[in-house]
Amino acid sequence: MAGSPMMPTTGRTQLAASGARAVTARSLQASSRGDQVRGAFFLSLLLLGIGIALLSLAAIIIWSLVEGLPRLDTSLITNGPSSVRPQEAGFRTALIGSIMVVGGVIGLVVPVGVGAAIYLEEYADRERWWNRLIELNIQNLAGVPSIVFGILGLAFIVRGPLSLGFVAAAGSLTLTLLVLPTVIIAAREAIRAVPPSIREGSLALGATRWQTVRRQVLPAALPGVLTGIILAVARATGEAAPLLLVGAVTFVTSNPSFFEGAYSTLPVQIFNYSNRPQADFRVLAMAGVILMLGLVLAMNAFAVWLRNRFEQSW
Amino acid sequence: MVELKPEQQTTDGQHHARDLSIRVSHDAKAPEEAPAGREVVFELDNVSCHYGSFRAVKDISLDIKQHAITAIIGPSGTGKSTLLRSFNRMNDLVPGAHVTGQIRYHGVDLYAPKVDPVEVRRRIGMVFQKPNPFPKSIFDNIAFGPRVAGWKGKMEELVEESLRRAALWDEVKDKLRTSGLALSGGQQQRLCIARAIAVSPDVILMDEPCSALDPVATLRIEELMIELKQNYTIVIVTHNMQQAARVSDETVFLTMDEDRAGYLVERGPTSQIFTNPQNRLTEDYVSGRFG
Repeated sequence: MAGSPMMPTTGRTQLAASGARAVTARSLQASSRGDQVRGAFFLSLLLLGIGIALLSLAAIIIWSLVEGLPRLDTSLITNGPSSVRPQEAGFRTALIGSIMVVGGVIGLVVPVGVGAAIYLEEYADRERWWNRLIELNIQNLAGVPSIVFGILGLAFIVRGPLSLGFVAAAGSLTLTLLVLPTVIIAAREAIRAVPPSIREGSLALGATRWQTVRRQVLPAALPGVLTGIILAVARATGEAAPLLLVGAVTFVTSNPSFFEGAYSTLPVQIFNYSNRPQADFRVLAMAGVILMLGLVLAMNAFAVWLRNRFEQSW
Repeated sequence: MVELKPEQQTTDGQHHARDLSIRVSHDAKAPEEAPAGREVVFELDNVSCHYGSFRAVKDISLDIKQHAITAIIGPSGTGKSTLLRSFNRMNDLVPGAHVTGQIRYHGVDLYAPKVDPVEVRRRIGMVFQKPNPFPKSIFDNIAFGPRVAGWKGKMEELVEESLRRAALWDEVKDKLRTSGLALSGGQQQRLCIARAIAVSPDVILMDEPCSALDPVATLRIEELMIELKQNYTIVIVTHNMQQAARVSDETVFLTMDEDRAGYLVERGPTSQIFTNPQNRLTEDYVSGRFG
């Protein structure tokens, strides 16, 4: 206090000043005891939520590691499946099938999904009823259970108008339909996050609408678009239910091809192995789970890296 | 008729912005006699701007003179920006926006069906209220406009020339490859001006270009504007009456009518508007009694 120009001199003023300080200090203090308890309670609820999420993820990883570790070697990805020798059976054909199917999904979903997102965000007139109808449908499609897409694929892609048969291409198309709404929604979010001032700046320089989209909006939205694509594709990688309906049930011993012959994918093969009675097959299935988890987590990690690396602050 | 095609090169393929004044040839019927002194760039004839059923600006008739700075002043919500954005058809981008009356640019009706808004914007550049550099390098910010216009020449020289004209070259010449977003607010705004200059426009519209800037940066932009008027016609919307008084040659005063539409109260040489206004409203506004 010494040296402060405002230092009170007499005892009474000192008392008054310290009283005033105390009132100020009290009003600045944290709220009442009840508020503190409530705050602590909600914080612990939140932590509990995070804890359950992390714990279940850790449980899956640890459990599959412990169970599947005996079979976690190169033969897992170099050997084909076998119904009699679980010790030597592997996931080669399923892995190739997965890569094919997912590759097909990427090839189809990127142009269609991003194209649809660009149309809806940059060109569609929201006053028009058909554009609103399209939007509503995409939102709804994102909530349709995957097995429904399997039935759709069976009726229209495997049989029906396309008649591709039970081949990898049919699986690709079916999964594309499944993740398309997710990609469109994510890409729209990313495109919408590009501030309108960028479009105005570009148009004011005499760029056409398409030049603006192509050279300003898309590059700026790219990290977000890619993140959405990767997450959607990661989902497609782990999807089994719709594929069961469009042909990926077969027990495939030779490498599949895209447009002909039987195929399988990792999750379907895991499903197949885990259904067998022998204990060794369950170990094999767990090793397959590790393989698939690794694949999906790597994709997700790449998406996160991509987002952080190119994130744009405006 | 104005030839609405991008102006591109001189014989040696180099870019001399000075030589790139827009080629304008009047045909027999279009030209109107320009008032003595300066040539007229824009003629507005009973212009009203609407957003859907709402009329933001009504019955504006005025001329904008070449190689001068025209300031549009007035209280908030009087449609100054709306009017400005109708000069390069930026309002076309707003759903439901339309313009009635006629805006003639060198005698050509800007809203005639044959006129391509993209070509209009190549000739009539715009600088916005909030600096909006692209999330690209300084170099690419400048080069974007010429590139989309299909300009083929030495891009390095054009970028340097544009940055010099915007009085930014010395500050950024060593970091042309860094992001335009890394610059300060004032530098960003000068980058946006350089970007507009790079497509060698005829007119530069400025929509409150200094409202997001500090006084020092504002002063630099104002000096720049006075320099630029040698080669360009500048129309500026500003809230800042001192700024209008400092930089402009002509002043247009808008205010709001009872139906909430902005209308023109008075226009004339800036010195007259600020020292000897003819209308009571103008006098009240410029002396700070309302607005």
